Amino acid sequence: MSLLQSLTTRDRVFDFMAPQASPVDVRHGPILYMEDVSVSFDGFKAINNLNLTIDDGELRCIIGPNGAGKTTMMDIITGKTRPNAGSVWFGSRHNLLQMNEPDIASLGIGRKFQKPTVFEALSVFENLELAMAADKRIFPTLTARITDEIKDRINEVLETIGLAELRYQPAGILSHGQKQWLEIGMLLMQRPRLLLVDEPVAGMTEQEMERTAELLTGLAGKQSVVVVEHDMGFVRSIARKVTVLHQGGVLAEGSMDQVSSDPKVVEVYLGADDEEAA
Amino acid sequence: MSSTISLMTQSSSRQFWLTRPFGERATQIFLGVLFAALLLVTVLHLALPQGHPLHVNAYTVNLFGKYLSYALLAVAVDLVWGYLGILSLGHGAFFAIGGYAMGMYLMRQIGDRGTYGDPVLPDFMVFLNWDSLPWYWLGFDMAWFAFAMVLLAPGLLALVFGFLAFRSRVTGVYLSIITQALTFALMLAFFRNEMGFGGNNGLTDFRELLGYNLRSNDTRLGLFIATGVALALGYILCRAIVTSKLGRVCVATRDAEARTRFIGYRVERFQLFVFVVSAMLAGLAGALYVPQVGIINPSEFSPIFSIEIVLWVALGGRATLYGAVIGAILVNYAKTIFTGVMPDAWLFALGAMFVLVTVLLPKGVAGLLLHLKRRKKSATLPKEATA
Repeated sequence: MSLLQSLTTRDRVFDFMAPQASPVDVRHGPILYMEDVSVSFDGFKAINNLNLTIDDGELRCIIGPNGAGKTTMMDIITGKTRPNAGSVWFGSRHNLLQMNEPDIASLGIGRKFQKPTVFEALSVFENLELAMAADKRIFPTLTARITDEIKDRINEVLETIGLAELRYQPAGILSHGQKQWLEIGMLLMQRPRLLLVDEPVAGMTEQEMERTAELLTGLAGKQSVVVVEHDMGFVRSIARKVTVLHQGGVLAEGSMDQVSSDPKVVEVYLGADDEEAA
Repeated sequence: MSSTISLMTQSSSRQFWLTRPFGERATQIFLGVLFAALLLVTVLHLALPQGHPLHVNAYTVNLFGKYLSYALLAVAVDLVWGYLGILSLGHGAFFAIGGYAMGMYLMRQIGDRGTYGDPVLPDFMVFLNWDSLPWYWLGFDMAWFAFAMVLLAPGLLALVFGFLAFRSRVTGVYLSIITQALTFALMLAFFRNEMGFGGNNGLTDFRELLGYNLRSNDTRLGLFIATGVALALGYILCRAIVTSKLGRVCVATRDAEARTRFIGYRVERFQLFVFVVSAMLAGLAGALYVPQVGIINPSEFSPIFSIEIVLWVALGGRATLYGAVIGAILVNYAKTIFTGVMPDAWLFALGAMFVLVTVLLPKGVAGLLLHLKRRKKSATLPKEATA
């Protein structure tokens, strides 16, 4: 019926002939929009009227003391946890609350967990190959071949994450920092629009941290990146805009200098944590 | 070692998936050794006169054929255990069902030559005063139907069982336990006369397969060669699966299931696919086993047998496929010798073998082979450097 209608409507090009635009519509504003989101677990309000918007191509850091709701917020975005109230939109077209985890992942939201989980028995190259956006049903996977196009894409990501020389090594022998980069590389293979990165530099050496900062700032612009991090030095080195979470809501938002001079922030978080970190 | 494996998948990753194993060194060696062994046994059996010290008699050919069908079964178990991390303690059930499908065909081939001379009903049904064939025996007089059932019946059971198990994300120890329960339940069911599978005695007294007399030496040799070819084909199929991208998804599932799910693979469907393929191979192994031993009864369903299969794979070396073949042949050869010399000591010997291998060779015999190969390599390298 709709096909017939589109054939008889004369005022525009047939719908099915029009090129498929990127499914994520960011023409009308932010790539991620969370409004009045609340979640409670057994009466405990993990997220309480959270409002957050991330612009397309932005690099945003989210900080906050333990229990501020950072991880729960990521769970909501990726569809792992359903909020009790509020709305979450990806672009202006996709209501994330009506989608399941695999659909959200294939829409272009990639998440890096705190603890790096790579496939240790497989090589770095193979790890990236598996993570690549592709037809992931059984028979296409069984008959899949590595074409030049795929190889180029994997090599490009290998260069980006700086593991090109280790491509044939099993991922199990990588250092902690290298595993984190491989994980980020695996996310990049899925060509995400939004990257959620949970504590990327925990347990890293100074040099690895610098390298990670370069990597993440290099990614911003091409995709939006949300980084949750405890390490203030690291946040200061990459952040253009920082959001401070406290007790499930946004406490302050702005540049690092703005938020770190905000008395409310100093009171709940920065003062105490800076002493610990120092 | 791992890096060389990756290099191999690199160079061959453009090929058609089913022919990919032929480019692998390990597969070439395996197929070479297997076919050389088949040829050698055939020549020694046919060309040398009886009584010659190197003559292989019909009994031994038959025994080797039995080992080869066990080897195919072990390959099937290694596919799910070694690469997918699913420790199935119930693969004997698929083996037995394939065997029963073949046994039903062989029973129908007996025709009116049975003790009671009934043209249609097998002896045990006449004995139970049944007057017609149960519906599930229909069609088994046709070879094509029976051979299709050899693959389809275990495949269907694996499909239903695996669908329920993997959909509910039952893995690890729990899956092992319910596979064990599955084979035990089937054993109890097949023991019942009312099931119509010959009860305790099972199916036996076979005469002909496709018109060939099962008691003739030539048929035994033919069955031995057919089993060897089936093992080669099964091995190539499994190898093609594990060297494909799907194989890498399996290894990823084995090591980090949640992560694999998260990057977008429907893990339960991959598990189900590989489980069904494995069950069908086990069924094929059972179907080749039955005409060579001349009987199929519910003891093939016994939980102990399924555990023994896992022991073969562990002894030979997990996740290599050829290790499973080595393990199956070694253990069963030892079993033949031991049960001949000291029948009571066999279980102790099996236990001792298992303990020794676990302690001394944690990666099994295949691991030892790889280790020796690497030592040889590192021993030749310095020489080249000094030269």
